[in-house]
Amino acid sequence: MTDLTNLTVAGIRDGHRAGDFSAVEVAEAFNANVAGAKALNAFIVETPEHAIAAAKTADADRAAGTLKPLSGVPIGMKDLFATNGVQTTAASHMLEGFVPRYESTVSQKLWDAGCGMLGKLNLDQFAMGSSNETSYFGNVISPWKRNDGGNAALAPGGSSGGSSSAIAARLCPAATGTDTGGSIRQPAAFVGISGIKPTYGRCSRWGIVAFASSLDQAGPMARDVRDCAIMLENMAGFDPKDATSLNMAVPNWEAALSSDLKGKKVGIPKEYRLEGIDPEIDAMWDAGIAMLKDAGAEVVEISLPHTKYALPTYYIIAPAEASSNLARYDGVRYGLRDLPEKAGLQDMYAATRADGFGPEVKRRIMIGTYVLSAGFYDAYYTQAQKVRTLIARDFEQAFGMCDVILAPTAPSAAFGLGEKTADPLSMYLNDVFAVPASLAGLPAMSVPAALNREGLPLGLQIIGKAFDEQGVLNAGLAIEERAGFNARAEKWW
Amino acid sequence: MSIDQATVRKIASLARIAISDAEAAAMEGELNGILGWVEQLGEVDVTGVEPMTAVIPNHLRLRDDVVDADPLTGGNRRDDILANAPAPQHGFFGVPKVIE
Repeated sequence: MTDLTNLTVAGIRDGHRAGDFSAVEVAEAFNANVAGAKALNAFIVETPEHAIAAAKTADADRAAGTLKPLSGVPIGMKDLFATNGVQTTAASHMLEGFVPRYESTVSQKLWDAGCGMLGKLNLDQFAMGSSNETSYFGNVISPWKRNDGGNAALAPGGSSGGSSSAIAARLCPAATGTDTGGSIRQPAAFVGISGIKPTYGRCSRWGIVAFASSLDQAGPMARDVRDCAIMLENMAGFDPKDATSLNMAVPNWEAALSSDLKGKKVGIPKEYRLEGIDPEIDAMWDAGIAMLKDAGAEVVEISLPHTKYALPTYYIIAPAEASSNLARYDGVRYGLRDLPEKAGLQDMYAATRADGFGPEVKRRIMIGTYVLSAGFYDAYYTQAQKVRTLIARDFEQAFGMCDVILAPTAPSAAFGLGEKTADPLSMYLNDVFAVPASLAGLPAMSVPAALNREGLPLGLQIIGKAFDEQGVLNAGLAIEERAGFNARAEKWW
Repeated sequence: MSIDQATVRKIASLARIAISDAEAAAMEGELNGILGWVEQLGEVDVTGVEPMTAVIPNHLRLRDDVVDADPLTGGNRRDDILANAPAPQHGFFGVPKVIE
């Protein structure tokens, strides 16, 4: 019998529908992989009983002829989504023990579609980080190792590092992620899987622990493009409870998948050719260009002149919004309370927040507080919002000349744990290619393209026009079919 | 412009985060590093550019003006709301005494 945990989402869905195996068998197989992979630290909470219950329902639905779109598919849920009755922490001490009495819109949609939950996936604390080293519950370890014979533990990327590690290690066939400045795409690239951040507003933010609300967007991570399309169809949709939710129909992305790019134009942004970048990244990019040409696309050079300002813009806007959003953690209504003896209300706030937030979260709250403070607001925050307008305008103008944009996902392969933690700025720079699309609210995905000389995966990024997830997925599929990436990490955990 | 430790302590106070002198000293360098880097935005010509307010054009909706329009986010959820409170008392959020 085939190992059910090697199946994709589509493979599980179709095989279950055809009666090749039961959903309970699938859930048991993944539960066993999750239980056997503690060394990766991908899960904060495991919920095998949730996966089994959904599987029993799926098997009963099959017998009754009432199958749902994702019946029998167990998934991982990033621990940033509120789950009714299951601890939701955002990987923080602040929310340790917090058990929501409600369900996030995106997770509810997935349960309604028939999915079961294998557990809550680890992440960077409050989704702030690019290596999953800021979690209060410990680092997530990538299943990948360099081929140098060493045993260095590598970062799974961040912030959705639990999601990426778990999918690459076959602990789940797909997972939810969230992307504020690359948190779906960069971890997907680091472990050789696919992930898409849809247009801002496609997926409801209701019930997702807020980081930077004008940037936060949920999306799926999975092993291939088709699975991303399937998952996204079941996560997206209008939600009156989110003021920025798009009131648009959800297209049938999976049904319209096509890797034939005849008549399409692919833009190559010249500003993304960074000086001093690893030549293997540029070589992979050139190979991706050749693949899209082979799929029938015409390649054109484009210019995104404000690219170099995207990261500094992001590191004003995201911390500013974070400092505002995270003001809610006050030790009064939910979460941690630290009440020193004889402390008053103000001392309780300060002690609670000192104890409940990790160093990176504090750093960002402090930056955000500073750039929003009287006397500095215009110089930093208003200026950043103006530059953000220019960055979005760059993309608008570029999309007058092309249908999608191709670029690397990250400027490097996965780095070792601890290699970048001493210098926050060097960590921020790893999101140089991911952040511009976030600032412009555009759909963007990462697909695995190659292994580098160290034997580690590299990802290519496709950025599309607003609402054109289909164009992004189709270009991703064209690369997937030609790259033929099927490498996987050798099991050591 | 660079910030000193007194400014770091002022920001921490505004952000309601208690910090020790050692933390303030460490943070002084980190924050100056980050702020010095973001200051390059000052060189961008933004003449006539409006600050972004919405990344994807959208209009604000009004919900129907009825009580409990959404059963999940409407009223009468006291016990759910207090379920995660660290120190609920008599059906309220408990806080340290604020008036002597």
